[in-house]
Amino acid sequence: MFERTCDAMAKPNQSLTDRVKPIAAGDGVVAVGFVGATPVLALANGEILFAGETEKRVTAHPGAGVLIARFTGGGVVTGGDDGRVVETRANGECVEIANEKGKWIDALCVRGDGAVAWSSGKLVRARDAKGDVKEMTAPSSVRGLCFTPKGYRLAVAHYNGVSLWFPNTAAEPDQLVWRGSHLDVTLSADARFAVTSMQENSLHGWRVADKKDMRMTGYPAKSRSLSWSHDGKWLATSGAEACIVWPFDGKDGPMGRGPRECCARPARVSSVAFHPASLVIAIGYDDGWVMLSRLSDAAEILIRATEGEGAPISSVAWSGDGKRLVFGAEDAVAGILDLPA
Amino acid sequence: MSDKIPVTVLTGYLGAGKTTLLNRILSEDHGQKFAVIVNEFGEVGIDNELVVGADEEVFEMNNGCICCTVRGDLIRIIEGLMKRRGKFDAIIVETTGLADPAPVAQTFFVDQDVQDRSRLDAVVTVADAKWLADRLKDAPEAKNQIAFADVIILNKMDLVSEAELREVEGRIRAINPYAKLHKTTKCQVPLNAVLGQGAFDLDRILEIEPSFLEVGDDHDHDHHDHHGHDHGHHHDHSAPGLKHYHDEEMQSVSVRVDGDMDPTKFMPWINELVQKEGPNILRSKGILAFKDDPKRFVFQGVHMILDGDSQRDWKPGEKRESKVVFIGRNLKPDELRKGVLSCVA
Repeated sequence: MFERTCDAMAKPNQSLTDRVKPIAAGDGVVAVGFVGATPVLALANGEILFAGETEKRVTAHPGAGVLIARFTGGGVVTGGDDGRVVETRANGECVEIANEKGKWIDALCVRGDGAVAWSSGKLVRARDAKGDVKEMTAPSSVRGLCFTPKGYRLAVAHYNGVSLWFPNTAAEPDQLVWRGSHLDVTLSADARFAVTSMQENSLHGWRVADKKDMRMTGYPAKSRSLSWSHDGKWLATSGAEACIVWPFDGKDGPMGRGPRECCARPARVSSVAFHPASLVIAIGYDDGWVMLSRLSDAAEILIRATEGEGAPISSVAWSGDGKRLVFGAEDAVAGILDLPA
Repeated sequence: MSDKIPVTVLTGYLGAGKTTLLNRILSEDHGQKFAVIVNEFGEVGIDNELVVGADEEVFEMNNGCICCTVRGDLIRIIEGLMKRRGKFDAIIVETTGLADPAPVAQTFFVDQDVQDRSRLDAVVTVADAKWLADRLKDAPEAKNQIAFADVIILNKMDLVSEAELREVEGRIRAINPYAKLHKTTKCQVPLNAVLGQGAFDLDRILEIEPSFLEVGDDHDHDHHDHHGHDHGHHHDHSAPGLKHYHDEEMQSVSVRVDGDMDPTKFMPWINELVQKEGPNILRSKGILAFKDDPKRFVFQGVHMILDGDSQRDWKPGEKRESKVVFIGRNLKPDELRKGVLSCVA
């Protein structure tokens, strides 16, 4: 267990605010991402907004809302409060993947080959690329899902730990145990570490091989946005008045080491996203600010500032080539930045 | 950020009429839109867009507080509902008949995200006039729900005689003399008696007097008073006298002090008290006159969780006095009284 320390506040040394093109989202933004090269926003009113050259809106969840969204590259998969899991593809076509009638879709994850997993309450279902659906019942309501990088395996976060489940085997899921309510779950690219965000304003980690526990504490709020660096050596996290970045490079990960703190401001970080090819982090704050931070030299670039109190940034995301950044806020404010070449 | 969404918690033992009350709230022409969190689907007869099923998952918090339990599902549902904030004006949480209201209430004190976006308005308990007295004997859940309530709807009064009604009312008052009590048939109660109560709003803890104004004699638990004698106004009411009961297990204790308290004594005392006795203390409230402080200090608590703040100034001519009330299980009135008195300035 180790405590965060606090750095002095830094001023951004560059600004790209005038290069941001606003997107009129029309409703609260739940998640942003890219489908191909097009910035796409999943909205609280059930719509998917393709914010390309010509704007296109698709209602993926008619009369309902998007609770959670995951981007596949070729489309976006959303889980709604109508109990439906829907994939919206680049051409605007909506395909219903599942309908858990009368329930909410609480957690969702996707992977490159087209596999999708979702949960409502304790029930978890996983659909592989061929369309075979398997299910398991977790010991308590599931809050987070994540596919393991290799093999068809799923990490399922719930009360008192994480279950590691092979959907295609009858074996009981392996358990990573730690008392308390686990929310989001993520695995390092080499699958050596599993990390969850917890109800008690902390992260919990396990070294998967020997199930050794690690606690990452010192957050003033829950840390609900977690993003790995492209090289898998760093984990950027939200929930503090700076982006907290934990080192996962050595064999012990962050055990016994402190985190980096990037872009400290008098507002809480609400969303983080590592650049797909460099050690640059896009950071959204709960007052509507967006900044970029470069890990190597702590350089900071301001992307969006708000006068007074803006609504929290709910999501930030990079395009696959790392040249564009999209962000969206709970109050329907959104924008796209084309980085200077 | 817009205002916090008020949340009303409906409790009541099996068959008391919770769903009747819920359907009444939803069907009344009030122009308000509700998001409803229910434990069982299908019972809500009204076509409401935002009805959410809950699992009543009670979690312990890892904060060293043994009775600090929260409703994990409620945290998740409120987070989800808040994405569609414009769709509703208020939230109603219906609990199962066997539910303890404490984890629901504690969720609003413990979880920062929930607290930032919503506020607990009141715990409303529906009680069955015919069967409550029996349930108070054999169902600890029913007793908890009465003890915890800010508003009690004593329903099905058409099924009992006037004497029986007085009897059950007396039983309720033995446990909780502070809740607002409405006697109803089919939960016919004005909605402003249920909603918009602000029962957990520190600014609205204006006075903490027993609510049973119908009472004929003055069997108020204020007989633990230090030197206050304020039961005068209870005598003015001509309603037939309420039988005085004493509940062996669940009681309320109030302590009044004329004049000022010492905050450097009171704060550690109350903190230590709820640390030690928290599991037994369901609710606590107080209005305090602190020495050299022109403002009233108010606090409220649910088990071990305390929430307090300086409120308005004492008005010119207003009597500076302090009053603390507890509702709980196996309370020790003498010790509580002694404890409060030890904090006198």
